Amino acid sequence: MREHPFPAIPRPLKAATILSAAMLLSSCSRAVLDPAGDIAAQQRDIIYISTALMLLIIVPVMVLIVVFALRYRKGKGAKYDPNFDHSTALELVIWSAPLLIIICLGALTWWSTHLLDPFRPLDRVSATKAVDPKVKPLVIQVVSLDWKWLFIYPEQGVATVNELVLPVDRPVRFDLTSTNMMNTFYAPTLAGMIYTMPGMRSTLHAVINREGTYDGLSANYSGAGFSHMRFKLHGVKDDGFATWVAGVRARGVALDTDRYLELEKPSQRVPVMRFSQVDGDLFRRILQRCTKPGTPCMTGMHGSQPEEGKPEGAVFKEGQEKKGGESVTPQPGSQSPPPAAGQHHDHHSSLNLNHAAPGTARVAAA
Amino acid sequence: MFDESVIKTIFGRLTWESFPVHEPILLVTFIVVMTLGLGIVAAVTKYKLWGFLWREWFTSVDHKKIGIMYMILGIIMLLRGFADALMMRAQQAIAFGASEGYLNSHHYDQIFSAHGTIMIFFVAIPLIVGLVNYVMPLQIGARDVAFPFLNNLSFWLTVAGALLVMVSLFVGEFSRGGWLNYVPVTNLQNSPDTGPDYYLWALQIAGVGTTLSAINMVTTIIKMRAPGMSMMKMPIFTWTALCSNVLAIAIFPVLTGAFALLMLDRYVGTNFFTNDLGGNPMMYWNLVWIWGHPEVYVLVLPVFGIYSEITSTFTGKRLFGYSSMVYATVVITILSYLVWLHHFFTMGSGASVNSFFGIATMVISIPTGAKIFNWLFTMYRGEIRYELPMMWVVAFMLTFVVGGMTGVLLAVPPADFVLHNSLFLVAHFHNVIIGGVVFGLFAGMDYWFPKAFGFRLDRFWGKVTFWGWVIGYWVAWTPIYIVGLMGTTRRVNHFDDPSLQIWFVIAAIGAVIILIGILAFVIQIAVSIINRDKLRDTTGDPWNGRTLEWSTSSPPPAYNFAFTPQVHDLDAWYDMKDRGAERPVKGFLPVHMPRNTGAGVILSGLAMVLGFAMVWYIWWLAALSAGALLIGGIIHTFNYNRDYHIPADEVAEQEDARTKLLAAGA
Repeated sequence: MREHPFPAIPRPLKAATILSAAMLLSSCSRAVLDPAGDIAAQQRDIIYISTALMLLIIVPVMVLIVVFALRYRKGKGAKYDPNFDHSTALELVIWSAPLLIIICLGALTWWSTHLLDPFRPLDRVSATKAVDPKVKPLVIQVVSLDWKWLFIYPEQGVATVNELVLPVDRPVRFDLTSTNMMNTFYAPTLAGMIYTMPGMRSTLHAVINREGTYDGLSANYSGAGFSHMRFKLHGVKDDGFATWVAGVRARGVALDTDRYLELEKPSQRVPVMRFSQVDGDLFRRILQRCTKPGTPCMTGMHGSQPEEGKPEGAVFKEGQEKKGGESVTPQPGSQSPPPAAGQHHDHHSSLNLNHAAPGTARVAAA
Repeated sequence: MFDESVIKTIFGRLTWESFPVHEPILLVTFIVVMTLGLGIVAAVTKYKLWGFLWREWFTSVDHKKIGIMYMILGIIMLLRGFADALMMRAQQAIAFGASEGYLNSHHYDQIFSAHGTIMIFFVAIPLIVGLVNYVMPLQIGARDVAFPFLNNLSFWLTVAGALLVMVSLFVGEFSRGGWLNYVPVTNLQNSPDTGPDYYLWALQIAGVGTTLSAINMVTTIIKMRAPGMSMMKMPIFTWTALCSNVLAIAIFPVLTGAFALLMLDRYVGTNFFTNDLGGNPMMYWNLVWIWGHPEVYVLVLPVFGIYSEITSTFTGKRLFGYSSMVYATVVITILSYLVWLHHFFTMGSGASVNSFFGIATMVISIPTGAKIFNWLFTMYRGEIRYELPMMWVVAFMLTFVVGGMTGVLLAVPPADFVLHNSLFLVAHFHNVIIGGVVFGLFAGMDYWFPKAFGFRLDRFWGKVTFWGWVIGYWVAWTPIYIVGLMGTTRRVNHFDDPSLQIWFVIAAIGAVIILIGILAFVIQIAVSIINRDKLRDTTGDPWNGRTLEWSTSSPPPAYNFAFTPQVHDLDAWYDMKDRGAERPVKGFLPVHMPRNTGAGVILSGLAMVLGFAMVWYIWWLAALSAGALLIGGIIHTFNYNRDYHIPADEVAEQEDARTKLLAAGA
């Protein structure tokens, strides 16, 4: 053993190769590498092109490492030159080879970042089909609540929780914000993620090209209910979309201010909900943090007023107010937020009170 | 009511409910820790070692002893941080479909937050600082660092921070805000518990230590190099230590500032990072990442230095492209400030801003690539001896290039849009931190251990450690790369898709293989101590080294060098051996040395009490300890009894002993 400290250099390498081959095979059906949306598909292509560009230099380097590590072992009799420490020609190669790769990659980055900028309206719905200039993008307003997704369809006047239905091949503009935590809106099959942040609006343009049911989620940790902050994305045909909207309009309840304020409270593992009517101004009021009647809206440089009343700083707390020191063990399975969070809810009851009936039906078209 | 009010005044928000006696895992951990702790205390008391430890170690201002204490701290905290890792891997391996796993989000979130915090702040930083502390002054031919007392204080402040994190395990809770304690999760209204406060105070106290230590190291390198050692004759490890510490000086104040603003939000009710009243959580993200990305280079640059020293020593060659290596290091240092935004391309900064930060990030890969080539061509036409440190170098090169590649991939914004916050990203940074920093730290420990203790580390158990980590790394993290490419996100404690489970089971097996590596390392140290006579090195230069630390005895005397060496070449010691330079054996002079002081321990203890009191809202205790800290600091400045001379005959005695040893060995 003593003479063979590297009997198996290739072992981890081999394992890595096998695993990456397995990875490519098994991920064929996966959202990131086989997306149903044109934006995600272009982003996937960027991953492939960049990886290929880098492998141009990584593979030779890895081969050289193994070759030199074996060839120049003491006692192997390879040429030994203890004073070889400089070579202008080699130095040039050393610096210029990565430089060339990075110039290519940098150009790709500049071009693709601008092309796939989430703020930029789409000019194609797929590789072969340009956007019809007469078609306006479908607007969907996305709000991340603690811990569920609210989707408002302002043009259709309906809203859903944890269910997103998109007509195939129709460009979509998402306007996004959050009520409290920072999340990212991420449907891997549709497009890359974008942050939702309280008091700020972000934008994402995307399109879905294939019918089907896909996963969506928050990809930014946002507290206790984060792991279950998932939704289903349904890609449906135009007529299927119209049927679905009509169905929601016909059966659901209206999302008025009271229902919204109830919905806004922290809750976890929230089932799908559908609302037949929604206040057209709701998204603006969420964005400007004035959903509660009587709260002034945030405008310009003026920060918003807290709706719930802001907790005082710790040094101003007196005797009884010094709380939050308990070491909490939530009930098994409940995963509720710590009681110290100010508003202690039973997470299921607060929502299902109002929406037990319309919340459970699945989408027909999907 | 009056009674309760008095109790709240005395104990703040500390109540019986603050102790997690209802948590079986924590209770068992507590019992184990207490048993071990009491066992150690009992043993130290039995063998009457308290006085020895206090006089010779705790109060020591000797950079070598402080370096060793940093290493011990880092290794102990590694065990804690790795226990967290195993718990997460176990949870993710079983929490599928109907199974919730054994950790609810309340505890799982604390565990991943603690894992990241501990691994970076209390494992990686102490181990790096420890190695720099030990090796750098020896490499530049100095007798100590520029500010020996500050060095001791820095160490104990880091310990105080680490202890606060450990206390949070058994009293109250730790933060659930991730390793950077992100707002809005950690805003007062979202986390009114003790977690974020523990985090903030622990890291502020430790951060002061790290900043002071960085100032100390930079001053030492600038001012205390041996005559003849110009900047371009500095050993490459010293160069990387310089750049790393310059970076640390520049960035830690930003982190301290960001944390201070969050503390104001939480304690005084200001609105820097709140959602309302003009606050903006995004600002916190910017500030912590302005610290966070350069921090990666604070950790990895000295490790690059370690690899360079080892490659040069074990190939028996001068380092290829020394000046190109230096320029690469300096370029990385500067560029690392210009890339922080790549941690949140998806926050909507716009295409031009994203492109700038993306391309700036890629540009860093050019000097990093140059470094890889330089190590490669140092091996070229060398005579490579595969001792343990060199094995780590080869494993590092093969592992790290993959992590570098995935890192550049993540720097392309459109690719990052689908990979941000995914397990692909988590796999990437574990690839560079384990494959880069951790492998390098083990290489460095195997390499310099004989210098510090006078005997080598056991080779067999070193190999078990090596293969455990290398195989374990690939088994644990390749599946995580894969599930990341499938769109799986990080910090999740439960999955719906059962087809992912196999990957997490493989990852958990990988973590167990790494555990074998870690345990083998502990065994390696124990076995080496037992067999120390067999592994003994009397020459002080067991590897045929090239830099000055190998010119003195192992372990070096308190004064390091009886005479300050004169440097003529980059590889100063190799040059001396080459020219057949004679070791001076007479004419010794008294050596001026700094005196030990307990001030560092006392001040850090007070800082820890201050932190604890603030976490629990015990205002009287906080005021008392803050006052004591201030007064203690002032009193220390009046301590004029801070140096002494080692008499010339004592120096002569030690040097003669070495002369005899060398003669016996020759």
